[in-house]
Parts: sequence; structure tokens; C-alpha cells
Amino acid sequence: MTSNPASSFTLSRRHLLGIEGLSPEEIVGLLDLAEEFVILNRQVEKKRATLRGRTQINLFFEASTRTQSSFEIAGKRLGADVMNMAVGNSSLKKGETLIDTAATLNAMHPDVLIVRHSASGAVELLARKVDCSVVNAGDGAHEHPTQALLDALTIRRNKGRIQGLTVAICGDITHSRVARSNILLLQALGAQVRVIAPPTLLPADIERFGVGVFHDMRAGLADVDIIMMLRLQRERMNGSFVPSVKEYFHFWGLDEAKLRFARPDALVMHPGPMNRGVEIDSAVADGAQSLIREQVEMGVAVRMAVLDALSRTLPGNLPHA
Amino acid sequence: MRDPRPTLLAGARILDPSRDLDTQGDILIADGVIKDMAGSLRNAGLPDGTEIVDCRGLIAVPGLVDMRAFIGEPGAEHRETLASASQAAAAGGVTTIICQPDTDPIIDEPAIVDFVLRRARDTAIVHVHPMAALTKGLEGREMTEIGLLREAGAVAFTDGTRSVPTAQVLRRALVYGRHFDALIVHHTQDASLAGEGVMNEGELASRLGLAGVPKAAEAIVLERDVRLAAMTGGRYHAASLTCAESLDVLRRAKQAGLPVTASASINHLTLNERDVVGYRTFFKLTPPLRAEPDRRALVQAVADGLIDVIVSDHDPQDVDVKRLPFSEAAFGAIGLETMLAAGLRLVNDGSVELMTLIRAMSTRPAELLGLPAGTLRPGRSADIALIDPDAAWLLDAATLKSRSRNTPFDEARFEGRVVRTLVAGRTVFEYV
Repeated sequence: MTSNPASSFTLSRRHLLGIEGLSPEEIVGLLDLAEEFVILNRQVEKKRATLRGRTQINLFFEASTRTQSSFEIAGKRLGADVMNMAVGNSSLKKGETLIDTAATLNAMHPDVLIVRHSASGAVELLARKVDCSVVNAGDGAHEHPTQALLDALTIRRNKGRIQGLTVAICGDITHSRVARSNILLLQALGAQVRVIAPPTLLPADIERFGVGVFHDMRAGLADVDIIMMLRLQRERMNGSFVPSVKEYFHFWGLDEAKLRFARPDALVMHPGPMNRGVEIDSAVADGAQSLIREQVEMGVAVRMAVLDALSRTLPGNLPHA
Repeated sequence: MRDPRPTLLAGARILDPSRDLDTQGDILIADGVIKDMAGSLRNAGLPDGTEIVDCRGLIAVPGLVDMRAFIGEPGAEHRETLASASQAAAAGGVTTIICQPDTDPIIDEPAIVDFVLRRARDTAIVHVHPMAALTKGLEGREMTEIGLLREAGAVAFTDGTRSVPTAQVLRRALVYGRHFDALIVHHTQDASLAGEGVMNEGELASRLGLAGVPKAAEAIVLERDVRLAAMTGGRYHAASLTCAESLDVLRRAKQAGLPVTASASINHLTLNERDVVGYRTFFKLTPPLRAEPDRRALVQAVADGLIDVIVSDHDPQDVDVKRLPFSEAAFGAIGLETMLAAGLRLVNDGSVELMTLIRAMSTRPAELLGLPAGTLRPGRSADIALIDPDAAWLLDAATLKSRSRNTPFDEARFEGRVVRTLVAGRTVFEYV
């Protein structure tokens, strides 16, 4: 690991909009910083004053209890005042555009906005219209950088490294921002990445991402160190992208039999929420090789690291002052 | 209006694709028409009061005929009116606008054609001719009154940015339209394959997490349409082709002698899919911008004459529908004012001859639409653009005459600009 003391690490940017554009050094710096918060989070006294006086607004245009809670806890543990804006689609129904919402929030002088939106690029658009830091908590099928960071942290803690590992990402790659951010991050840190999916769930020219492309789980999982399963949305199960849940689980669902195609010490991950019996079997999800619960723990630590690192570049005063 | 006094355009390079003419000389304009053209007319007894315009260093070309411009009047005057579009056109050397029927109400009845023509006569400073809807309500089901609309003044028939989904409807329109010598202009994009697509399908769309439109969505419809044109003998024109696959289909159709022609938009000839990086919605177009090899193939097709016409595909959209996440934003870009300047890039980089460019922007569309434009022949209406080929300039979107600002060329560098535009002998634009 890096010899830099993590506590002096800063990100040379105001926003975290994606893994794209982060250098390997910045990624490693964030992971190292997150390690400090893993330790902190396991103590009774979990509170820091790093973000005291700062206002964090969680702006989720697309509902997500898990990610929102993770960011909320991360912000609160660092001492920020955290507010959840339940936007849903209500503002849109009232005719307010994303840019109107951005302008409204900006006038309240937040220091950091955590934003999730169903449209690719929407978080970047919003970031251009506000004065504070923006963290992308998932934009359409584009990026979900904190998920990739927490996955990398989980892998590094269990395998001791990322360089040289073979990672298979399985399932609905087409619609997955998790897959895109993970491909970028894992490749930046020297892992070999494969994708395994039915052809209907692979985006065009995916091989040009520099990943191995497999349609068959047996071939794709051979010699794999890490298996990342992706959630298959309900509306894509019944004839539109795959014929049925039954057929999908039969060929692409991770059960104990398919897990044996991978290396014996292979570990299993899932960004949640899981569809048990669709993309993953309960015996695997809850089995000895599963890292799924640890991922949730790492999520809080990684988000604290991101908030901490971004806050170091914030001006000492409120942005408008 | 009173006829303007006679004008002598003196010492211009005169380029007239209708006669393959490229010469140096004077053009005498009186009573709204080109009276005479010769090496020098100064000593030939000019009419009293003739204004002499020094055109040394300038190129006189027939005014452009833009075969595909979406205007917004009636029904969306906040985006563009016939008046504002005509101002933009004049500033871009366009002397004839062919407006599209997807207005509100839709131009699918003779009375609406008549309304547009009267509004244009009263408010526009360039010629305006509407295309009428091919099917009622642009719904792709029942053909419009092609004969009556033709009589009312519709120059062609199209469903705008919609493709007719059923082959039978298009077949009947082609067969029926043939009796009226109607030109059927069709947007070639299969709606089901395009789906929710917002840009070119491929690696870039996959990286941006945006749904793509495959090139096959275009080639499949064109292939079907070409077979229908062969079957019916109807005059068919593809509204905006974008990729090499479609060009192959077009080439075979032309080699077979079918009555098939096609346009390409200036955007697809000068921009590519990389321009959308950063989720820039002013580059969100339908059909979408393609990758660079397709752009190059399209430019080559213009140079070869395979592509007949270059259109601006002028489509004004206000900020409310453009300043949105990419997938939610409206399609379209304005282009009347920049079409020629952008086209000159292709001339300046040596890929297209100036004669070919002007033919595709003026002479050829006039021929296809049966309009007495696109030529500098004596006796014809003096619709002329004067170009300074060496003027280097930077586009400032704030100075555009269109009511909307959605130009993909903001802050673009151009070499060559329109310095004066005449419509029926009257100067409607002068760059000062």
C-alpha cells in the first residue's frame, strides 16, 4: 500500500462525479483513507468533527434506502448536518426542472450535495449549476463511483491486493452503472475484468472496454478470484431482455454448482438489493464465500473518506461568502 | 413593396451549378430578375440609377434552397416564426426555406398550406414553401389529400421526423403521389429499433450509459423504401442519411435507375458522436450524429454526388427543453444561419468542390422540388448569395437571428461567410 499518510490526502477536484478521470493514486488514496474510517466505525465513539458546521443534502431523484442511509450515516459521523430531500418524481410532476431544483438548493448554501438521478449525465449537469461539492450517488446507466470504491476496498481487504486479480461482473451490464464504474476502477488498479451475461444484457461494443466477454457462466467463471453479481430489474425479466426468471436463473443465476467453476477461494459480491432466486441463490448469498454484508460496512467507510477528502478542498468559509 | 433600383454586382466570381459555370464577371439585376451576365457590363449602358456593388474577391452563388427546416409557426412561435426563420435564413445565404409540416395545427390540409404561404408572404424576407404531411396528423395511417395540397402549394410530402411504420401506407402514398408527381420525403428510422435511443449506438453510448440508435434502424427502413420505390415508380427522397450502410443501399438504388434521391444534414457532415461527450444536448439530434468513419463516408458521398442535397435540418428548441439531462432533452439544432459556413469547412479542407457544395445546397433541391431557383440564369429571379471566402470569424450564438439559440456551432471558427443576400433582387441581408 501507499506510504503516504492517508490523513494528508486530498482530491484535486471539487466533485466526485465518476471513477473516470480519477488517477490510480487518487483511488488508492481514497481507499487508504477509508481504512481509517473502518477502524473508527467499529469503535463505540464513532463521531468526528471534520464536517462540523457543514451542510450535506442528500438529493435522491430515484429512491434508494440503502445508499441514502449509507451517505446519511457517513455525513453524520463526520459531524455534518445532513438533510434528506425526498424529491422522487414529485418536483418533476410539478414542472420543476433539475436545474430549478439545483438553483433552489444552491441558495440554501449547502457544502455538499449527494445526488442520485435516473438519467445518465444528470448529476454532472446539476454539478455545473451549483457552488458546492457534488457526489454522484448513481446517474442512470453511467456511473456509481462510491459503489466501485467500496467494492475495491472490500476486495483489497480480503485479497490483500487488486492488481493481478481476475474479476467477473455478471448480469445486466447494459443498464448497470455499477458495472461501468467497477470496470474503470478495477482496470485502473490492474485487475483483469470479465463480463458474463446473455447477449441482450451486454451494451454495444463492450469488448472495446478492454474486458473479456462471456455468455456462458462455466467458461466465464474459470479461474476467477472475484464474482460480482448484478441485480436484474423486474421489468427486464419477462420476455423483453430475457425470456423468464426461470431461464435466467438456470443459465446465469449464481448457485453453488456454478460457483464451483471459479477458483476455490473465489469471493462473491452483490451491490444489493438482491433478487434471491433470480441472479443469486440464497445458499451462495449467505455462504462462506460471500462478502455481501461486508460491502455494506465498507460503504459507510468509503463514503466518509469521500466526504472527508472533498471537504479538504472546500473553502474555509461558505462558498458564497 | 416597390421594386428596388437596378443593381450591378461587379467583378464577382460567378458560380452557377445549374450551368456548370465558374467565371469572373458582372451580374445586372433589375425588376427582381437577373437581366444580364457578362465579363463586364459597366460600359454596356446600365439603366439609370443602377447601384454598383463592388464584388471583387466575393463569390456570387445562387441563393441556397434549404429543403428541411422546422419552423414552429403556427403553434410554437416562441421557438421560431416564419419571420425570424427568414431573417436567419437571409443571414446564412438561404433564399428559399422549405418548412416542415409538424406544426400545430399540422400542415395536413390545404387551408393550412394557404395560411403558411400567406403568413410567409406578409412576414418573411425569403421565399417559403411548405412541405405537407404525408399522412393525416402525421400518424402514419391515412394519406393526406396529396392532390389538393399540391394545388395549394405544398412542394413535397413528409411526416417530418416520423417514419411511416407500415409498408402498405407508404406504398399507397408513393403510387397515388406518382399521379401528381409528388416527391415523398421520408425520415428513415425504424422506431422500434431506435427505441429509447438518444445517440449513436456503440462504444461511446455504452460508456456514457445512454441508449443507442443502431445504424441498422436507418438502413432497414431505407432498404424497404427503396423496394417500394422500385415497385411503385413513385419519387422518393430520404430526408437525412447518416451512415455508410445507408449509402450502400442508396448507391444500389441509383445504379438500378430508381427514382430515389437523398439528403444529408450539415450537422452529420461536419460533426460526429464525440461532440455529445459531456452530455451536450445541443448535439442531440435525430437521426443521431454517427462516428467519424460514417461522417467521412457521408462527405465522400456528397463529393461524388451520391447524396443529392445538403439540408440545415434547422430545428429551433428553447432552453427549457434543452437544459435537461441528455436522455430527457429535446432533439434538434438550428442551422439556417450556419449551413453555408459549416459547409465551407468541407471545401476548405479539400473534401468537396465549391461547385458541388452549392449544387447540393441550391440547384439540386430546387430541381427536386420543381422550384425556379438554384440558378443564376438570366431571366430568373435574382436570388443570390455573395460569399467572402476568406473571412475568418467566430460564431457567437448571442448574435444569431433565430429565436432559439440551440446551435451546435457556438464559438466555432469558420472561414468564409455570407456578406450579402438578395431575394428577387432586393438585399435582405448585408454583413457590416
